[in-house]
Amino acid sequence: MVTRPALADERPPAQGFHDAEQAIDAPSRRRNRRPIGDRVAIALFLLPALILFTLLVLAPIVVAAYTSFFKWNGFVDVPLTFVGLDNFERLLADEVFRGDLKRGLIIIGLSLTTQLPMALGLAMLLNQPLRGRTVYRLLFFAPYVLSEVTTAVLFMIVFSPERGLVNYVLNGIGLAGLGTTWLADTSIVLYSLFFVISWKYFGFHMILYLAGRQNIPKELTEAATVDGANAWQVFRSVTLPLLGPTIRISVFLSTIGAIQLFDMVWVLTGGGPVHQSEVMAVTMFQVGFRRFEVGYASAISMAMFIISLVFALFYQRFVMRRDIEGAVTVMGGRR
Amino acid sequence: MTKRVKFTILHLISLVIGALIVVPIGFGVLGGFKDNGQLSTSPLGPPSPWVPSNYTDILASGIFWRQLANSTFIALATTVIVVGLSAMAAFVFARFTFRGREFLFTLFAIGLMFPFAVAILPLFILLRSFGLLDNPLGVILPQAAFGLPVTIIILRSFFRTIPAEIEESATIDGCSRLGFFWKILLPMARPAIATVSVLAIVASWNNFFLPLVVFNDPTWWTLPVGVQQFQGQYSSDTARVLAYVTLSMVPALAFYAVAERQLVGGLATGVTKG
Repeated sequence: MVTRPALADERPPAQGFHDAEQAIDAPSRRRNRRPIGDRVAIALFLLPALILFTLLVLAPIVVAAYTSFFKWNGFVDVPLTFVGLDNFERLLADEVFRGDLKRGLIIIGLSLTTQLPMALGLAMLLNQPLRGRTVYRLLFFAPYVLSEVTTAVLFMIVFSPERGLVNYVLNGIGLAGLGTTWLADTSIVLYSLFFVISWKYFGFHMILYLAGRQNIPKELTEAATVDGANAWQVFRSVTLPLLGPTIRISVFLSTIGAIQLFDMVWVLTGGGPVHQSEVMAVTMFQVGFRRFEVGYASAISMAMFIISLVFALFYQRFVMRRDIEGAVTVMGGRR
Repeated sequence: MTKRVKFTILHLISLVIGALIVVPIGFGVLGGFKDNGQLSTSPLGPPSPWVPSNYTDILASGIFWRQLANSTFIALATTVIVVGLSAMAAFVFARFTFRGREFLFTLFAIGLMFPFAVAILPLFILLRSFGLLDNPLGVILPQAAFGLPVTIIILRSFFRTIPAEIEESATIDGCSRLGFFWKILLPMARPAIATVSVLAIVASWNNFFLPLVVFNDPTWWTLPVGVQQFQGQYSSDTARVLAYVTLSMVPALAFYAVAERQLVGGLATGVTKG
């Protein structure tokens, strides 16, 4: 312990990003002393996670890629009938799958134009010195902790024509004409589904925006106000641009979530009526686990994978690129 | 005056949104205390008379408790595995330098991009060949594997903030690197460990797709699978289904009440660091 002050003089305690980098490099100087011990430690500490990850996350992707080139009912041990790209050709011509893509785009479009702006608005609202805002925040976020299944079963009943809540309320306020079979009408079901998705997830995005908003220094918005900007101008020219990174991440998560949507749809509507609320994962489940066309279902899995991956790479390359570069300098103080 | 008007409007908006959340949940809770006749005639009003039998029947039957126990066991086992393995890996990623470190870390980080839904079918095939169907490990291990990326990322960034001086002085005092990990780093990382544990518990608790395909045998069903099956079985007895839904919400909301800070904080940091 005698040497402790001397060390502290040499280098101040790590605060920023650069100090953290040094903190990582520091042990390496000792590596020369105990290279073998370190190497064993690295292997022992890393291998369990790596093995689990390889076997259960990476291997399934490889298996799906392989089986997608076969016609296979899944019962014989290994797929034997190689069919090349037939499954993918069939996929591109499949009306249901093309419908899945269209419906996925509608859900993403609706999320970006209604759910996320609403979440942003509520985050701004709860950033005001409003009495009881902690209660509101707790309440708005609560649906996020309910499982999609619970939410879906609850709303299946809320939307039901006979014992449901929605039609009853519409009747009560004299809008009986608007009452309908929310989950059985082919032209409405997708929007009912979207409502339930938003009900569950808007609080999550709101929490992200709130966290982002609270990281914006007060001085910036105050300075703008002093300069004579009104509330909207402050939001438009100061808050919104500074929330950019948070918004871009929230858009990313919302889109990825829509691509892999399953639980909610499967329980709420099963994808029906006549596929009008079906999404890719539901089609994959029907084909693979109900009709046992494992090869074709693998092709759908691969399509989902490729769509997610291309979207993620494209998005990170072109949309979030600046944030990642900026993050190092701007967020350095907090790393 | 204008300020007052503004805050009145803000309160009104908050109350409307709050009602949109409270009313469906309240409808479920109260609906469980009604019979189906009452549900049809007055879905919104209070039950008259109160019919507790929907709840008491479920609580007395044992299925609900079984599923609650299964969900709890699977969530805890998943969390112990994913947090344990991630802490070890994050320690290596944060405080050792070696060739291939960044490559391996990126490999895990890319795992964030693999949606569960993509892997479910091949995962099922793999689990079947490992003989893990109808076995809780068939759910626990994949959940832990898919939880690794986010847990490693959060823990690594936390481990990096602990100054090298602490490790150096521990070494001078005769502490091995392993000892440093056990006796100093892990205790210091308690808040981060709590955060990632809460995230892992919630993810496991709400998982439906994997237990749905892995558990054919009802003895292992978790609450989400149980709720869905119960709905299928009693679809015409709406009040009973509402009682089951309400009971399945109770543990999640209770956990939220206790761990709200870790959950909200974890999501915010997890997302910005990921």
